[in-house]
Amino acid sequence: MKQPTIFERSVAGRRGVTLPRLSPAEARGPLPVPPALCADAPPDLPEVSELDVVRHYTLLSQRNCCVDTHFYPLGSCTMKYNPRVCEKVAALDGFAGIHPLLPQLRGGGALTQGALEVLWRTERLLCDLTGMEAFTLQPMAGAHGELTGLLLIAAYHRAQGRPRRRVLIPDSAHGTNPASAAIAGFEVVPVATGPDGTIDLADFEARLTPDTAAVMLTCPNTLGLFERQIREVAERAHANGTLLYYDGANMNALMGRVRPGDLGFDVLHLNAHKTLSTPHGGGGPGAGPVGVKAALLPFLPVSTVEKRDDGTFALNYDRPQSIGYIAPFYGNFGVLLRAYTYLLALGGDGLREATDHAVLNANYLRVRLRACFDVPYDRLCLHEVVLSAERQARAGVRAVDIAKALIDAGFHPPTVYFPLIVREALMIEPTETESKQTLDSFIAALEAIARRAEEEPGSFAEQPASTPVSRPDETKAARDMRLKA
Amino acid sequence: MSYVPHTPQERAEMLAAVGVSSLDELFADIPEAFRLRALAIPDGLCEQEVYARLHALSRKNTHALVSFLGGGFYDHAIPAAVDSLAARGEFFTAYTPYQPEASQGTLQAIFEYQSMICRLTGLDAANASLYDGGTALAEAVMTAIGATGRNTVVLDGGVSPIYRVMIRSTTRNLGINLTELPAPADGPADRAALAAALNGDVAAVLVQNPNFFGTVDDFTDLAERVHAVGALLVASVYPVSLGLLKRPGDMGVDIATGEGQSLGLPLSFGGPYLGFFAVRQALVRKMPGRVVGETLDRQGRRAFVLTLQAREQHIRRERATSNICTNEALCALRATLYLALLGRHGLRELAETCVRKAEYAKRRLAQIEGVSVRSRAPTFNEFVVELPADAGEVVGRLIDCGFAAGFPLGRYYPERANCLLVALTEKRTKADIDRFATALEVAL
Repeated sequence: MKQPTIFERSVAGRRGVTLPRLSPAEARGPLPVPPALCADAPPDLPEVSELDVVRHYTLLSQRNCCVDTHFYPLGSCTMKYNPRVCEKVAALDGFAGIHPLLPQLRGGGALTQGALEVLWRTERLLCDLTGMEAFTLQPMAGAHGELTGLLLIAAYHRAQGRPRRRVLIPDSAHGTNPASAAIAGFEVVPVATGPDGTIDLADFEARLTPDTAAVMLTCPNTLGLFERQIREVAERAHANGTLLYYDGANMNALMGRVRPGDLGFDVLHLNAHKTLSTPHGGGGPGAGPVGVKAALLPFLPVSTVEKRDDGTFALNYDRPQSIGYIAPFYGNFGVLLRAYTYLLALGGDGLREATDHAVLNANYLRVRLRACFDVPYDRLCLHEVVLSAERQARAGVRAVDIAKALIDAGFHPPTVYFPLIVREALMIEPTETESKQTLDSFIAALEAIARRAEEEPGSFAEQPASTPVSRPDETKAARDMRLKA
Repeated sequence: MSYVPHTPQERAEMLAAVGVSSLDELFADIPEAFRLRALAIPDGLCEQEVYARLHALSRKNTHALVSFLGGGFYDHAIPAAVDSLAARGEFFTAYTPYQPEASQGTLQAIFEYQSMICRLTGLDAANASLYDGGTALAEAVMTAIGATGRNTVVLDGGVSPIYRVMIRSTTRNLGINLTELPAPADGPADRAALAAALNGDVAAVLVQNPNFFGTVDDFTDLAERVHAVGALLVASVYPVSLGLLKRPGDMGVDIATGEGQSLGLPLSFGGPYLGFFAVRQALVRKMPGRVVGETLDRQGRRAFVLTLQAREQHIRRERATSNICTNEALCALRATLYLALLGRHGLRELAETCVRKAEYAKRRLAQIEGVSVRSRAPTFNEFVVELPADAGEVVGRLIDCGFAAGFPLGRYYPERANCLLVALTEKRTKADIDRFATALEVAL
C-alpha cells in the first residue's frame, strides 16, 4: 500500500487538538500585534484529526527496524537494550517539568536539589568508572563531547603559554574526530595503523612534534582491538607535553576491566547513548559527558555542580579560566537522568558483567564466522569484530549486498564500509544484551548468505524484498534534492 | 541487574567455542598493571529499588510553581498523543537510518519534519535537526563564514545572552571577529547601530525574533542592507510565534534557526532540546547536519534516504562543513507530531492565545503601583516590566508564594536589575494572572 505523507492526509478545515478558550477580558480588543508584523495566512501545516496523526505515525513506526524488534549489531553504535525503568524515571513530573532557569532565580536552587543531586552523583559515578578527576555533563552528543574536549585541550596549552596547533588522529578513527579537531581550531595529522591493527608506533613517533597538542585515540579502536602499545604512546606523548584524548565510543568494551584514566588518558568523552544504554532515538538525542584529569579542571565549561558542606547542591558560575558555555544549561538532562538510572541499576558488578558479555558475544561471533568470512585481524577482539566480505566481493557480492540480504533474513545489518582501512568491512557489535540463541540464528543467516554468495552470486540484486521499499536510488536523491513536501 | 541474558551453561559453551577458559582471558591484551579487579561503584539495584530512589529525588524538585518563566524556553501544553507516539520502541530504539529500506519510518518522519520547518520559516531547505537553538545559531555562524569567505559576524543585542556566550565559546579558536551590539532599549533592533557595523568584511548579521526581551520585529529593511554588503542575515526565531508572525524567509532572511523545545518537548531542566536550521536554496550544500531526501526505489515507489552525505564527516573528515553528525531525531519527531496535531489553524490560534494572554498580563501588571511595562513596541508572549525594587529579590519572595515570576534581567544586564522578563503561554489562566498580580503587589 502506498504510504502517504502527513500533508497528503490533510483535509481543509479538519482539526486535531483544541486549545483553552480565552476569557472575555483576555479576548478583548484588536490583536496587539499589528498586521504588518504578521504573516498573510496561517502556517501551511497539515489539517488532520488526532486519529489521523496517531494512525499515520503508528504506521510509519512499523516501517522501522529497531532494537525492540530486531537484532541490531551496528558496529561502534552499541545498540544494547534500553531498559524501560529509565523511560519511566525520565517522565516523572519532578524531572520533566522543571524549567532550566529555575536554579538561577534567587532561592530557586532550593527547588531543584533533586536534579542537581542527579547531576552531581552521575559525575561521581562516571569518575569512578573512567578514572578521571572530574566531568562536565554538558556536551549534547559524542561529537559535541569531542569538540568540548578539544576546546579544553586548546585552553590548557594556551594557559601554559605555549599554544599548539596539531592533533594526531589514527586513520582508523571515526570521521567526527578530525571534523571536531578542525572546528576546535586544530590542524589534523593522520597516523597510520600497523599490521596488527593497532597504532603504528614508529609512524606516531615520527609525527609527534613540539606543536602536537593532543593525540586522539579510540580504545579499543574501530577494529575492536585494544591498543596494546598504549603505555608507550602515553609515555611518548606526555614526555612531549602532548595530551592524550580518549574517544569513548567503545567504552562498552572496558567497563570494570580497565579505566582510561589509569591508562594515561587526560581527557575523554563517553557516549551515554552507547555505553550507558540511553535510547538512540532514531539518531539522537544523546549525551557526550567529558571527563578530565586535574590539570584540565580549571577549564571545564560553566556551570559546574558542587556539593556544599551542609550536603546541599549548588551551581558554580565563578570559573575565570573556563572555556565558557557549550550548552544552554546543564546538558541533555533527560538523557543523563536515564544514564544515572542505568548506572544505579547495574552497579559496579553489573557494569563489569555487561562488558564481559559484550566481549564474549563479539568473540563468539568472530570464531563462528571466520569459516565463511575473512577476519583481517583474527585475534582476541573486544566488544566488536570487523569482518571483510572481500572473498564474496570477488564473486560480485559486496558488503552492501550482504547487508541487504541480512535485512530479509530478519536482522538489522552491521555497519558496512567502516573502518575505512578494511575493504568491504562488516563491523559487528552484538552487545551484551543479546542471547546465544539470537547470535546462533544470526550466524546461521550469515552462513546461508555466504553459501548463496558462492552458489548464486546473482541472487542478491533484488534484495531486500521483504521491506516496504527496495533499494532507493541514492544518486537521484542527491541530484534532485527533493528535501521537503 | 545487568540485562545480560546468558545462563552459566551458555556462557561456558561460548567460552569453549572461543577457546578461552574464563572471561578474564578475553582481556589478555590489557597490560597486567592496568587491569582492574573491580570498580569502586556499589553493586546494582533491582528495578523497584532504583525507581524508589529516583522517585524520591524527583520529589526534591518543585515543578508545581505557577510559572511565568521563559527566556526562550516555554511551558506549553504537550498533547498526550505526542508522548504516546514518541514512546513507541520502533522510533526510540532505532538509530540513524543508515539502511533506508529498514528505516522508512524514521526517514519519512524526518522528511515531514524538514517540510514543516520549511513551511514555518518560509525557507527552501531544513536539516534533520541540531542539538539546540544555541548550537544551531553557532552553526549558522560557521555556515555563513564558509559561504562568504569572510570573517566578521555581527551579533545584534536582541539575541539571547545564553546564545551569545555559547557562540563566543564554540567559535573561540576559529579567529572569528565577533562584533556584539549592546542590548536595544525597549524596542526593536537598533537599525543605526546595525548599519554602522556593516562593511565588506561582514559574513553575517545575527538577529532574533521576537528578541530576548519579547519584542517583535520585521527584518525586511535590514535584509536589504545586509545583502547590499554581500553578507547573510541569520535569524533565530521562536517557532510558536510563526503561527502568527511574518516568516523569516518572507523578510529576506537567509538562515533561520531556533529552539524547538516549545514544540512538544518537556522543559526537562534544559534538555534534550531541538535546534532547527533552515536555509535558502543557494546554501543547501553548506548546511550542517543530516538531511533526508525523497527518491524512488527499484519498483518506482517513493522512498526516503539520507542524502547530500558528501558534506559529512565520514567522507570529508577534517574538511566537513560541521562536526555534527547525529542530531535530535526523537525530539524532531516530537515537534513533527506536535505541529501535525496543532495543524494550520491550531498553531495560529495558539500564537494568538499567547499574545492575548501576554497583553492581558501587561495591562494587569501595569495597574500595580510602581510597576511599569518597559516594552514599547509590540511583543509576542513575553515582555519586560520594571519594578520599584530589585527584580531578583522580588522573584525570591514570590517563589515562597508559589510563583516563578519571570526572569530577572539583572543576571545578564546589571543596569536592568529592576527589570523582570515575564512569559505567558496557553497554560496560564486568567485566574493565574490575576493571582500573580495580587501576589506581586503584596511582595512589593
